[in-house]
Amino acid sequence: MGTFVPNTKEQQLEMLKELGFNSLQDLTAHLPEDVKFKGELDLPSGLSEMEASKAVKKIAAKNVVFDSIFRGAGAYNHYVPAMVGHVLSNETLSTAYTPYQAEKSQGILQSIFEYQTMICDLTGMDVSNASVYDGATAAAEAVAASRERKMNKALVSAAIQPSVMKVIETYCFGNGMELEVIAEKDGVTDIEDLKAKLDPSVCCVYIQHPNYYGNLEAAAEIGEAVHTVKKCKFIMGVNPMTLGVLKTPREYGADIAVGDGQPLGLSLAFGGPYVGFMASTDALKRNLPGRIVGQTTDHNGKIGYVLTLQAREQHIRREKASSNVCSNQAACAMAVGVYLSCMGNEGLKNVATQSYSKAHYMAGQFEAIGLEVENKDFFHEFITKSDKSSEAILKALEAEGILGGYPLDDNRILWCCTEMNSKADIDEVIAIVKEV
Amino acid sequence: MLVFEKSRPGRGISALPACDVDIVAIPEKDARESELHLPEMAEVDISRHYTELAKKAHGVNDGFYPLGSCTMKYNPRINEAMANLPGFTQIHPLQPVETVQGCLEVLKETEKALCAIAGMSNMTLQPAAGAHGEFTGLLLIKAYHEANGETQRNKIIVPDSAHGTNPASAVMAGMKVINIDSTPDGLVDVAKLREVCEGNNEIAGLMLTNPNTAGLFDPNIKEITEIVHECGGQCYYDGANLNAIMGWARPGDMGFDCVHINLHKTFSTPHACGGPGAGPVGCKEHLAKFMPGAVIEGEKGNYTLSKAEASLGEMKSFFGNFTVIVKALTYIKMLGKEGIPEASLNAVLNANYMMKKLSEKYDIAFNPAVCMHEFIMDIGRQAKETGITAMDIAKGLLDNDIHPPTMYFPLTVHEALMAEPTETESKETLDNAIEVFKSLYDLAYNDAEVLHNAPVTTPVTRLDEVGAARNPILKYEF
Amino acid sequence: MATTMAGLLYAKSHEWVKIEGDTATIGISDFAQSELGDLVFVNLPEEGDEVEAGEVFADVESVKAVSDIYSPISGTVAEINEELLDAPESINEDAFAAWFIKVEGVSAQADDLMTAEEYEAFCESEEA
Repeated sequence: MGTFVPNTKEQQLEMLKELGFNSLQDLTAHLPEDVKFKGELDLPSGLSEMEASKAVKKIAAKNVVFDSIFRGAGAYNHYVPAMVGHVLSNETLSTAYTPYQAEKSQGILQSIFEYQTMICDLTGMDVSNASVYDGATAAAEAVAASRERKMNKALVSAAIQPSVMKVIETYCFGNGMELEVIAEKDGVTDIEDLKAKLDPSVCCVYIQHPNYYGNLEAAAEIGEAVHTVKKCKFIMGVNPMTLGVLKTPREYGADIAVGDGQPLGLSLAFGGPYVGFMASTDALKRNLPGRIVGQTTDHNGKIGYVLTLQAREQHIRREKASSNVCSNQAACAMAVGVYLSCMGNEGLKNVATQSYSKAHYMAGQFEAIGLEVENKDFFHEFITKSDKSSEAILKALEAEGILGGYPLDDNRILWCCTEMNSKADIDEVIAIVKEV
Repeated sequence: MLVFEKSRPGRGISALPACDVDIVAIPEKDARESELHLPEMAEVDISRHYTELAKKAHGVNDGFYPLGSCTMKYNPRINEAMANLPGFTQIHPLQPVETVQGCLEVLKETEKALCAIAGMSNMTLQPAAGAHGEFTGLLLIKAYHEANGETQRNKIIVPDSAHGTNPASAVMAGMKVINIDSTPDGLVDVAKLREVCEGNNEIAGLMLTNPNTAGLFDPNIKEITEIVHECGGQCYYDGANLNAIMGWARPGDMGFDCVHINLHKTFSTPHACGGPGAGPVGCKEHLAKFMPGAVIEGEKGNYTLSKAEASLGEMKSFFGNFTVIVKALTYIKMLGKEGIPEASLNAVLNANYMMKKLSEKYDIAFNPAVCMHEFIMDIGRQAKETGITAMDIAKGLLDNDIHPPTMYFPLTVHEALMAEPTETESKETLDNAIEVFKSLYDLAYNDAEVLHNAPVTTPVTRLDEVGAARNPILKYEF
Repeated sequence: MATTMAGLLYAKSHEWVKIEGDTATIGISDFAQSELGDLVFVNLPEEGDEVEAGEVFADVESVKAVSDIYSPISGTVAEINEELLDAPESINEDAFAAWFIKVEGVSAQADDLMTAEEYEAFCESEEA
């Protein structure tokens, strides 16, 4: 069996003897017998590293790795520069914990400070936290953080990623907030329905932009409507990749911007780990959950970084804390930092522009072979509607090693393009779909 | 120097080819107006920047890290290699089910193993962290009571030694917290618990860590869970300290109904500067129909996905922190049924060895004859006699390349240093650390000023946290 | 040594109150601020909120702790000291000048409020 215990049997015995014991089991002698597990664990015997490596590789081989991916719907296939993996595999950075001891954690704290700055820069907001679990929990935390004493209702657009909606629902089941869905009309949030549902008990309105269907929302107009209610917060869920070219949430009037940082340097990894970012106006900074890093100075006046505004958090506020978020997705946040350092302004704009342009090219090609494209004003995802069954189209693509779009129903597919999809790849899809 | 200060316009890396379709312009109404300020860096400078940051940090790979309740055990490198297999990293979470049979096998096998270790019947791997797992467990309890028509059950009992996440999670689940004080020997006050519970139909349940944050295994644990069950409550096991009992005592056998497990503590996945971790939640059969996320059914190679009958919903998107789960499974495969209890007992051995040696100088909180995986040094007496606090000792350790124990926690011990050596440290490492701890103790009496000024070998000395909080600077201003 | 100010009443939870007719001004004592250490933030109620004798109406944050502040009297918040929001350090500098709230319609006061003299003795016993 494998073991990571460095003490030899002799050393263990020597240490036990010093404690007055003869065996490891003696250490548990003081416990009631009826709480000890007497049977044998229902697990196989341990393996050497070689055997374990073989076994796990064998499992990985049971997955189908698609070289060509046209599926998004909440997880996006972008190029990840080699530098990202290189930094994340650094032994110190991967094995350190939360920077509790600031003097010996300046590297981690600085990386979070840099991440916060980048998120603020992308979103146009004043303050970013150190990150939360993923985009969906960021959205749910933002909704919860919007609550005011007499404002307990959240309005959420129907046109958001379904898993985000489900997580918001789950959090509201917990904290007792009222949740109402704003109807969708022609693939976007129905502003008339939003206006009809706004009342003084509404503490926040959440929309996604571009939304689940890839469409750009009339975000500025929605923001204006939201702010007719005093203290009501406009929360925008955004894909950070798009912010290289799209207006910032702040420019649309958002009070809180959230989203999943996965498109910025994190692999698909069957859905995780990803990273949720949360940024707000200065006025709402104390409502943000989780860690926040701030700049300060040491006793000699040297600049340094610390975890700050900690009295908001669970380890101090306990049952009065508005969130239980403890540590952050630091390594994923660091991946975002490395990715954005690699791409720079022009690189990020290039990714966004390529994704946008390729999606529009592909949509045009689909129309040319007779599929209907439902979207008018979209970013890098769009829906085709066709007489051909979604299943038949996707199976035909799968046979050629292509992961097609995400089937919404029997005849509608949600496609996604990124810089990873070459023109030749797109043309291949079109040719295959044409023959279905 | 911040990455932004190293930026020079015109630099960059050669990441992408040119666009091979016609560029389409973003409509003006949605085009970004404000300038971007991302770093513009040559590849060599990015590499050096992060190498420099790594040098200003301390990981398990840099040295001893006895941070109590955090289980900073060694993170085997094979875990990383397995998690980085393209067969895992390049899988889209929404691929057709027949193309992700390997991922589902990872999840299913991990579920089974964790159920065996925790004494539970079902497991969800969706929660992303310990606190997230706590929230999940409490929602399970809430859904259970609601399904039984007992919506009035909204009070959760939490001992005063609990992690701060416990009461905060309870509030997120819409529950009120009843704090109960510990007995003078650091255990649950059974009489008080009985008083709170008896005939109380508002009790939703109890949250408990066992062994607790003082490293003490509560010998009354079965009576405790029985008292809660008798009044109709459910028992939640906070698995933060599972490393202490892994493989030889099971929360299920102690009477707990649900449990979260920290894969980043007990199952050797790295803490990664704070995350990603993973906080799977296990439950017994009566709670299974409320479980969140996907339920994997069927046999190897033919797995299908479904939802629990009365699922409480989704805790996050998709299937949890998947590659973290790959790491934990790799670890479980290597240790196996024999290695798991052996690792745990060695963690207990190391803690007791260290406690015994340190008790020659330091006061040990609650003074147990035998502790479990961790113990608390109480610096209270020393602080009175010398003015040297737990904080000062911690900072002194930094100058000796040892990461300090957890400071000022639990709240029940005012000058606490909570040490958890874990099983992956050798006697030599422990002996060296013991010498350092003892020398700092003497220093407090002989030359306190040195400790007041520590650390001096770190990139910065003690930082002005008051200034940071009064006038927050939370980002770089361009 | 912490100071007190004559003419104020003090609560066992270390707030001071100055009652003038049916209005009152509330803050925390010098003893309290020195025990709490450097304060970094204050959460205050809103104007128009009801406060109740013996109940929490605000909290103060230091770097590593948050502490509840209890109202010595019952009434309606007429004014809050917004300056504290930007300068919580003023509480550390002069706890008796740094009032938290002004209350009108004072209807009740907590039992066992103390005079300055009684409070000094109380603090000494707490320290011991």
